[in-house]
Amino acid sequence: MNETRHRVTLTVNGVVREAEVPGRRLLSDCLRHDLGLTGTHVGCEHGVCGACTVLLDGEPVRSCLTLAVTADGHEITTVEGLARGDGEPSPVQRAFTECHALQCGFCTPGFLCTVTAFLRDNPAPSEEEALEAVAGNLCRCTGYQNILKAVHRAAEIQSEEGGA
Amino acid sequence: MTTKLFGEPVRRREDARLITGRGRYLDDLGRGALAAAFVRSPHAHARILDVDVSAALDVEGLVAIYTWEDLPGALAEPLPLLIPHPALTHGRTAHPLAREIVRHVGEPVVMVVARDRYLAEDACALIRVDYEILKPVVGIEEAVRGVHLVHEDVPGNVGAHLVQEVPGHGGVTAREAVEAAPHRLEFRLDVERSACTPLEGKGVYARWDADDGSLRVYSSTQTSTSVRMAIAAKLGLPLPKVEVIAPDVGGGFGVKIVHPWPEEILVPWAARLLNREVKWAEDRREHFVSSSHERGQVQHVRVGFDDDGRVLGLEVEILHDHGAYTPYGIIVPIITSTQLLGPYKVGAYRVEFSSIYTNTVQVTPYRGAGRPQGVFCMERTMDKIAAYLGRDRTEVRAANFIQPDEFPYDQGLTFQDGRPLIYDSGDYPEALRMLKELIGWDSFAQEKARAAAEGRRIGIGVGCYVEGTGVGPYEGGHVHVTSDGRVHVSTGLTSQGQGHETVFAQIAATELGVPIEKVSVVTGDTRRFGYAVGTFASRAAVMSGNAIALACRKVREKALRIAAEALEADPRDLEITDGTVHVAGVPSASIPLATVAVLSNPLRYAFDEEAKRATQFAGPASDDRPPVAEGEEPGLEGRDYYSPVRSTFAAGMHAAIVETDPDTAEIRILRYAVVHDCGKLINPMIVEGQIHGGVAQGVGGALYEKMVYDEHGQLLNASFMDFLMPYATEVPRIETAHLETPSPLNPLGIKGAGEAGVIPVSAVIASAVEDAEGIAIDRMPISPSDLHHLRLER
Ligand code: FES
Ligand code: FES
Repeated sequence: MNETRHRVTLTVNGVVREAEVPGRRLLSDCLRHDLGLTGTHVGCEHGVCGACTVLLDGEPVRSCLTLAVTADGHEITTVEGLARGDGEPSPVQRAFTECHALQCGFCTPGFLCTVTAFLRDNPAPSEEEALEAVAGNLCRCTGYQNILKAVHRAAEIQSEEGGA
Repeated sequence: MTTKLFGEPVRRREDARLITGRGRYLDDLGRGALAAAFVRSPHAHARILDVDVSAALDVEGLVAIYTWEDLPGALAEPLPLLIPHPALTHGRTAHPLAREIVRHVGEPVVMVVARDRYLAEDACALIRVDYEILKPVVGIEEAVRGVHLVHEDVPGNVGAHLVQEVPGHGGVTAREAVEAAPHRLEFRLDVERSACTPLEGKGVYARWDADDGSLRVYSSTQTSTSVRMAIAAKLGLPLPKVEVIAPDVGGGFGVKIVHPWPEEILVPWAARLLNREVKWAEDRREHFVSSSHERGQVQHVRVGFDDDGRVLGLEVEILHDHGAYTPYGIIVPIITSTQLLGPYKVGAYRVEFSSIYTNTVQVTPYRGAGRPQGVFCMERTMDKIAAYLGRDRTEVRAANFIQPDEFPYDQGLTFQDGRPLIYDSGDYPEALRMLKELIGWDSFAQEKARAAAEGRRIGIGVGCYVEGTGVGPYEGGHVHVTSDGRVHVSTGLTSQGQGHETVFAQIAATELGVPIEKVSVVTGDTRRFGYAVGTFASRAAVMSGNAIALACRKVREKALRIAAEALEADPRDLEITDGTVHVAGVPSASIPLATVAVLSNPLRYAFDEEAKRATQFAGPASDDRPPVAEGEEPGLEGRDYYSPVRSTFAAGMHAAIVETDPDTAEIRILRYAVVHDCGKLINPMIVEGQIHGGVAQGVGGALYEKMVYDEHGQLLNASFMDFLMPYATEVPRIETAHLETPSPLNPLGIKGAGEAGVIPVSAVIASAVEDAEGIAIDRMPISPSDLHHLRLER
C-alpha cells in the first residue's frame, strides 16, 4: 500500500510552511508532528473537547476535524502565535495566568485560541456571552469559574491597552 | 522585599510555558519516533484461538508485530499486583498482552510498531484475531450470582472479602446496637461507574542507547520512580541504567498512578529490541476501554439512632465492582469503608465488603478514591435520619460530630495505609457554622416558599466529609544552592497540573530566605531524585512539601554555620533574607548566600565573580586538617525525607441550592458553597483552584458521568460525545471559605487538598434534589430522565 501525498502550503503564525501529507492527515497532526508546533493539543480527536482549536483565517476551528489538505493556502494561528510581536504574552494569555485559569494546561491552548477570536469580535462581553464563548471547550482540571474570570480580565486588559 | 511566601497567593510559575505552547507533554516529545498501536479485544470475554498477521505485513512502514508469545522472561508474566492485602484472597492481574483469554473489551492483544500512528493503525485493522466467545459477566448483580466466572479459578467472582467492626460502649456489636436503638432504618444506595478521564491520555516514549546500554523513558505517569523500577525489573536492566521522566502531564486524577501500565513496559522493550525510538500516545477511545474506571458500588445500610438523631449503631455492606483485574488491590473499598464515618462518632460500626470481578475495565482509584461513595452513604444516612425524625439536616449532623477537644480522635479502624484511623485535628462545628452562614441555610425555608409560590421547585443540600490525606510511607526533597545563588529543588513525586513547581518554590523560598525567582523546582525526574512514591491521595504538598522544608532547614543550618565562620559571628545571631545572610540587627555584617555556596566547596576555581569574591572570606587553612573535614561534604546541599506516622485528616462541608424543572426534570445548580480545611494554606489561590476543579468533577459524577455497559460488556458511551462531562454551562460558581486547623503531625502543619472538592458533591446534590422534589434519591448520578422516572413512580 502506498499513499498519495499532497504538498500543502500553510501560513502558520505568519510564516509560510510547507508539508507533504497524505490526504487523510489531520490538521492537528500536521501542525504538531509535521511542523513541530506541539502547542496545539489533541484531547479527543472527535471534535468534542476543543483542545485542538486553532484559528483558520481568524476563525476558531477544531483542527482534529480538519484535514490538512483542506487548509492548503490558508492562514493558521496556533497558541504559539498568540503572543505579541515583542514576545510578550497577549492579554488573553496574561489574563489566564492572573486568574489561575489553568492547571495542567492541556486544554489551555484551545481556550486561548477560542477566547482570542471571541474577544476580537466582542471586546466587551456580558457574563452570558462569555459563558457561551467558552462553552464548547472541555477542561477537566480547573473548573470554569476562573476561566470565565480570565475572559473578562482579558477584555479589561485589552481595553486598558486600547484594544489588542 | 519579603521572602516569606508561605501562605501567599503566588502566581504559578508553570504558566509561562503552558500558555505559550511551550509545555512538553508526552506526545510533544520524540518527533520522528516509531509509533506503537494495539489490537484490542472487541469482546468482553473470549478465548483467543488464532492471531493471523499475514494481511498486515504488506502495510508500508510496518516495523514489527508482537503477541504474547513474543514476550521474553518477566515480560510474559502477569503484571504486578501492586498492593496485596490479606483479604484479597484472589488477586488477579492481566498480562501485558493477552494470553489465551481476554476479560474485557479493550484488553491489548497485539502490539504493532510502524513508521507512524496512521500506518500502525492500518496494520492493526488488518490483523485477524479469532476468538471463541465466552459468557461475559457484567454488572454487580450478575457477578454475585456467580453462575459465570470472570476468572475460572475465582469462585463466585469474589476477589476479596473484608469485615471491620468497632464495638460500642460495653462491647456491644453494631448489630446489637442497631437492634436496641429507639429507631431503625434500612436502605440501599448505589453509585455508578465513572472514570478519571484526564484530557491528555496516557503515553510512553522510550529511547534506547545501545552504546551505553541505557534506557530513557518518558511517561505520562503519576509515579516515575516506580515505573522505572518496573521497567528495570521486567526488562532485566540494572536500575541505574533506566531513567524515567514525567514531563508536563495533562491531568491524572488517579488513572496515571497505576504502574506499570502494559504500554509502559512494552514500549521500552520494543525500543530496545528495535534499537529505535518508540512512542505510544493513547487515543480517546483506547482510554475509555483500556484505562481504569472507578466508583461502581452498591451499599446496604442499617442504622439505629436515638431521638436526637445520634447514631448508635451502623452496619454497612458494600459490593464493589472491581472490573476484570485487581492491580491496585482493594484500596477503593477499603477507603470507602473507613472514610465513610466522616466527621461523626457512631456508637458501633460494622462494615463488610466484597470485591467482585466483572468483565469490564479494571477499577483503580479516581480522585476521591472510594470516598465519594462512602460520603454518599453516610450523608444520605444523615438525611434519612433527619427526615424520619422531622429534624433539620444540619442539626442531626451536629449531634453526631466529633468535638474539637476530642482530637486526636481514634475511629478504631485500620486505614488504607495499614495504620490506625486516627484524626489529627479539626473543628467540625465551626466548619458547619461557616457553611450555614455562607449558603444562608437558616433563611432558605422562606426562599423555598417564595419560589414555590412562583411555581418553582428549589431545594438545599448539605454534605460533610473527612479525607485522609498525605499517606506515607515517605517522600524526599533535595536542595542545592549553587555558587550563583540559585536554589535548585527536586523531589521525586510528579505533577499533573497541581502547581507543585510553585508551592514547592514557595516553601523553599520561605525556608531559605531567598527570592522565589532564584528557586527552580524539578519533579518526577528520576535523574534528579530516585526515591519517591508518587502523586495521589492528596499527598504531594504534605509529603514532598515537608521533605523539601526539612532539606532546606539542613541547608540553612549549614549555610549559617559557614557564614558564621566567615563573619566571625554566632550562627544563632544570623538570619537569611533576600538571599543574604546577615547578623540580626547589623545590616552591614552580611554575606550573600551565593558566596556561602562558594565557601562550602574548597575547590575554588574562579569561574565566576562569586568565586573570586569568596576568597576574602576563606578561613585560615590548617595544615593538619583535610580541606573537607570529617563528616562534612563539599557544597551547599541537603537532602531529607519526610515519613509520617500516619495520615493527616483534612475536612470540609459543601452545600448547594438546586432547581428542578417541573416539566423537563432538568436539574440546575443555582448556588454552591464550600468550607474547606486543609490545615495551613501554602497558596490559597492554588487550593481554591483545586476545589473548583474538584467540584466540577463532582458535578460530573453527580449529574452526568456514567459508564454504560450493555449485557455483552460493550461500553456504549466510549467517546466524549456520549460520556458526558460538564462544560462551563454546567458548573456553578463556587463560593469558598477556608478554615485552618493546622496538622500537629508535620512541621508545616499542612493537610492535603487535591481531592476534597470532588468528594461530597454527589451527596450534596442528592440531598438538594431530594429537598426540592420530596423524592428519595438513592442512586447517583441522576439525570433528568432518572428524575422523571422517579416522579412517575412516586
Ligand atoms: S481534539 Fe479536537 S475537539 Fe478534542
Ligand atoms: S487545565 Fe487540565 S484540562 Fe484544563
